[in-house]
Amino acid sequence: MTDIYLGADRATEPEIAAVDAALRAGGIDPVVQPETERLYTSGRARRRERRHFLLPALHALQNMSGWISPGGINYVAEVLDVPPAEAFGVATFYDLFRTEAPSHEGDTFYVCVDAACQIAGYDDLAESVRASGGHVHLGPCLGQCERAPALFVQGSGGRRDYVPADEDPFVLPQAGDPSLRLLRRIGTADPDSLESYLAHGGYVALRRAGEMGAEAVLEAVADSGLSGRGGAAFPTGVKWRAVAAEGGRPKHVVANCDESEPGTFKDRIVMEHDPFAVIEAMTIAGLATGAANGWIYIRGEYPQATARLQGAIEAARAEGLLGPNSAGTGHDFDIAIWRGAGAYICGEETALFNSLEGFRGEPRNKPPFPTTHGLFGEPTAINNPETLLNVGDIIIEGPDAYRQRGTERSPGTKLLCLSGKVGRPGLYEVPFGTTLGTLLDLAGGVAGNGELQAVLMGGAAGSFVGPDSLGLPLTLEDTRAAGTTLGSGVVMVFDTSVDMTAVVVRIAEFFRDESCGQCVPCRVGAVRQHETLVQMQKRGSLSADRRALIDDMAEAMVDASICGLGHTAASAVRSALNLGLIQEAPAA
Amino acid sequence: MTAATITETAVSLRIDGRSVEVAEGSTIHAACVEAGIDTPTLCWAENLTPVNVCRVCVVEMEGSRALVPSCSRPVSDGMVIETDTPRVRHSRKMVLEFLGSGVDLSQADDLHRWMEAYGADPDRYGADDHPVERVEEPVKVQDELYIRDYSKCVLCYKCVEACGDDAQHTFAIAVAGRGFDARISTEFDVTLPDSACVYCGNCVGVCPTGALQFKTEYDLRQVGEWRPDDQSVTRTVCSYCGVGCNLDLHVQDERIVKVTSPSDHSVTSGHLCIKGRFGWQYVHGE
Ligand SMILES: Cc1cc2nc3c(=O)[nH]c(=O)nc-3n(C[C@H](O)[C@H](O)[C@H](O)COP(=O)(O)O)c2cc1C
Ligand code: SF4
Ligand code: SF4
Ligand code: SF4
Ligand code: FES
Ligand code: FES
Repeated sequence: MTDIYLGADRATEPEIAAVDAALRAGGIDPVVQPETERLYTSGRARRRERRHFLLPALHALQNMSGWISPGGINYVAEVLDVPPAEAFGVATFYDLFRTEAPSHEGDTFYVCVDAACQIAGYDDLAESVRASGGHVHLGPCLGQCERAPALFVQGSGGRRDYVPADEDPFVLPQAGDPSLRLLRRIGTADPDSLESYLAHGGYVALRRAGEMGAEAVLEAVADSGLSGRGGAAFPTGVKWRAVAAEGGRPKHVVANCDESEPGTFKDRIVMEHDPFAVIEAMTIAGLATGAANGWIYIRGEYPQATARLQGAIEAARAEGLLGPNSAGTGHDFDIAIWRGAGAYICGEETALFNSLEGFRGEPRNKPPFPTTHGLFGEPTAINNPETLLNVGDIIIEGPDAYRQRGTERSPGTKLLCLSGKVGRPGLYEVPFGTTLGTLLDLAGGVAGNGELQAVLMGGAAGSFVGPDSLGLPLTLEDTRAAGTTLGSGVVMVFDTSVDMTAVVVRIAEFFRDESCGQCVPCRVGAVRQHETLVQMQKRGSLSADRRALIDDMAEAMVDASICGLGHTAASAVRSALNLGLIQEAPAA
Repeated sequence: MTAATITETAVSLRIDGRSVEVAEGSTIHAACVEAGIDTPTLCWAENLTPVNVCRVCVVEMEGSRALVPSCSRPVSDGMVIETDTPRVRHSRKMVLEFLGSGVDLSQADDLHRWMEAYGADPDRYGADDHPVERVEEPVKVQDELYIRDYSKCVLCYKCVEACGDDAQHTFAIAVAGRGFDARISTEFDVTLPDSACVYCGNCVGVCPTGALQFKTEYDLRQVGEWRPDDQSVTRTVCSYCGVGCNLDLHVQDERIVKVTSPSDHSVTSGHLCIKGRFGWQYVHGE
């Protein structure tokens, strides 16, 4: 396709300038340059080269005008050679993009309504924002659950996005604890200073990896037993080796920094306070897998983490730690940052690829897997930042020493996000095998009325456990055996004063809102599940017939959905029902 | 897809206890056809790239935790497939039920027998005091050639594929919105005459639910005069240019009411251009 039909609407001068600036920042000139190369992934033909600039271009339009106008879409369509209907389809996929002219002047205030903020009273926050004339948008978890209720401000008229709470002093509950591994630099090293990072042992691991060579690094990572911390716990060594084995095509390392699982904020804190560690670990991954291209896909609601990572990349590049022959390892590696725009599903790895490539963030059917057909259809190692953070220590101290912590099947330490009714909410690091009760004690015990009702493990995609689970060792194997999950490390605490029905109804609504809509079991199932629970909430009870319906729907969502969102959309709901958390639901 | 030809590598698998041989690269669905096993499909068509989104074709595959879409999953040697287990039947039933609970399937004729076979009951959702959300959209009648009634749309992506990479390369329509609010749309929902649409009608040709419908058919249905049983189909070759597209003229009461092209035709794969699709008005001297 060489010519694109455009309607009559034209972009304004500021819109054109904003888009051009975004494209130039990405290293391409905003000229119309038809591109016909085609690439087949997941059975779909797709064009590339410029299309992946669609997301940055849409961000530029949104930021300039407060919405994505028809003229703006036409301009972007023209310079990126994307049909306007498709660009519109992409723009309408994301919560942070508006495709109708805003009814208000000025910035938009996003207030989180998910569980931690629900029980912390988000409505009061929303009311106070409104009272001061701010336009409120209620939405899903903002990844600030430890400081609930949470707020994110989206700038318009060219003003930057910001999070008011970023101005508050940062507190790491375990600060100064000598047993900290992954968190040891957090709050002590200056995140804006490469020098400070180097003074805290930074880049020792990359240089060591350079001396060891790719094969030895792959072996160390495999021997360490490191598994993915993004939720699926896939062995990292296996993934990296598969990518390393691919040849003849460009390869990629992607850091999945989309962190949108309700209750999760660990990656944000790591990125904000130890950004160089993420950059260094990605470079090691590039060296080990033979990938030259690094990508950070970060959720759009994390402006501070984005700025710090960008600063770290530039500083590292200036010192030769990124770029050709990174840190003298003989390997070329560089990193680009891509911002998401508000869509939980874009944390699913294949949805992330589609989103980054400028398509709708709809998951691809697997197989083929990312290790052979990932970003741009090319071999890709995609990892969670916490997973990556482990690699440095594995290289420096060796897999055997690494395995000294944790259990045989869950080696190492785990970051856990404590929120809800707990004494000291925040980010914690404990060795795998620590019991849930010990962790809660470490975090100051149950707050509120002090009586534990339930703990949500693993986030909305996880499940509830009751007070009888305090002895549960937090390992992959023990949580699995107990029918729950560590997932992304969410430990959200509810005392007996919390109305669990409202919490569960909101979880169901979250999935309804966040389903990409591609496959029937999830697109419709998530809606019907939510409706059934709302009906229950109104009536104050759930009939046996409706309970059976929930199980019927859940079974189909688990069995026939395309991706993990549909597979887990009924998990927390059913665990709450099984635990009797909402049996005698009070009428709302 | 037929039996493995001599030049292709054959793959053998077991489906419902029977061994089946098909060419390498075939899908499980093709193998089911080979074995004479009837499988429901909705988003799959032989002239389109599989998108595997509707999930009505799922089967059980040994070694896989979840069910797999038969329409897109390639066979491999030694695969063991079950197509009629309680799990398979349940998921297929739920997919059909979910669809029926949210959109108007009254003209999705192919689905009716499957809904019956699996006992799908779309009415068991919601309650009198708690109606379920459905897709309710006014019918878009924006020209004399075809209409769009998205309250019948199952989001099978077929029209998008036919308008895009798989046939027409016009990209006038795409999926917009997310989740249950996702709809097939032009940019900013502009009318078809204001969009890139070139009126090839290929989207209409592949739509399985009547959401996209030729205006002739729509008008006749409005007055209760659409009578497929009284229609004859005549195969001819389009006379507008030298390409040689096969046309099937559907005639009711001595008038052409619809033009299609066989999807297995080597020239068209079922797809036409505006002239072949809509240029027959001259036959009636209009
Ligand atoms: C709906 C959904 C959302 C996800 N969100 C994230 C996320 O925000 N961050 C993440 O690292 N992984 C997320 N994942 C898991 C990724 O698909 C993938 O498994 C992970 O990034 C791999 O990295 P790891 O092996 O280091 O864990 C999500 C999965 C699903 C199904
Ligand atoms: S399971 Fe849900 S989120 Fe995943 S592809 Fe299907 S509709 Fe999209
Ligand atoms: S008629 Fe042709 S060009 Fe128009 S929307 Fe349908 S497939 Fe696309
Ligand atoms: S309009 Fe028809 S072809 Fe297009 S997605 Fe809807 S049902 Fe499928
Ligand atoms: S920020 Fe509100 S639940 Fe995470
Ligand atoms: S026909 Fe296979 S998923 Fe739709």
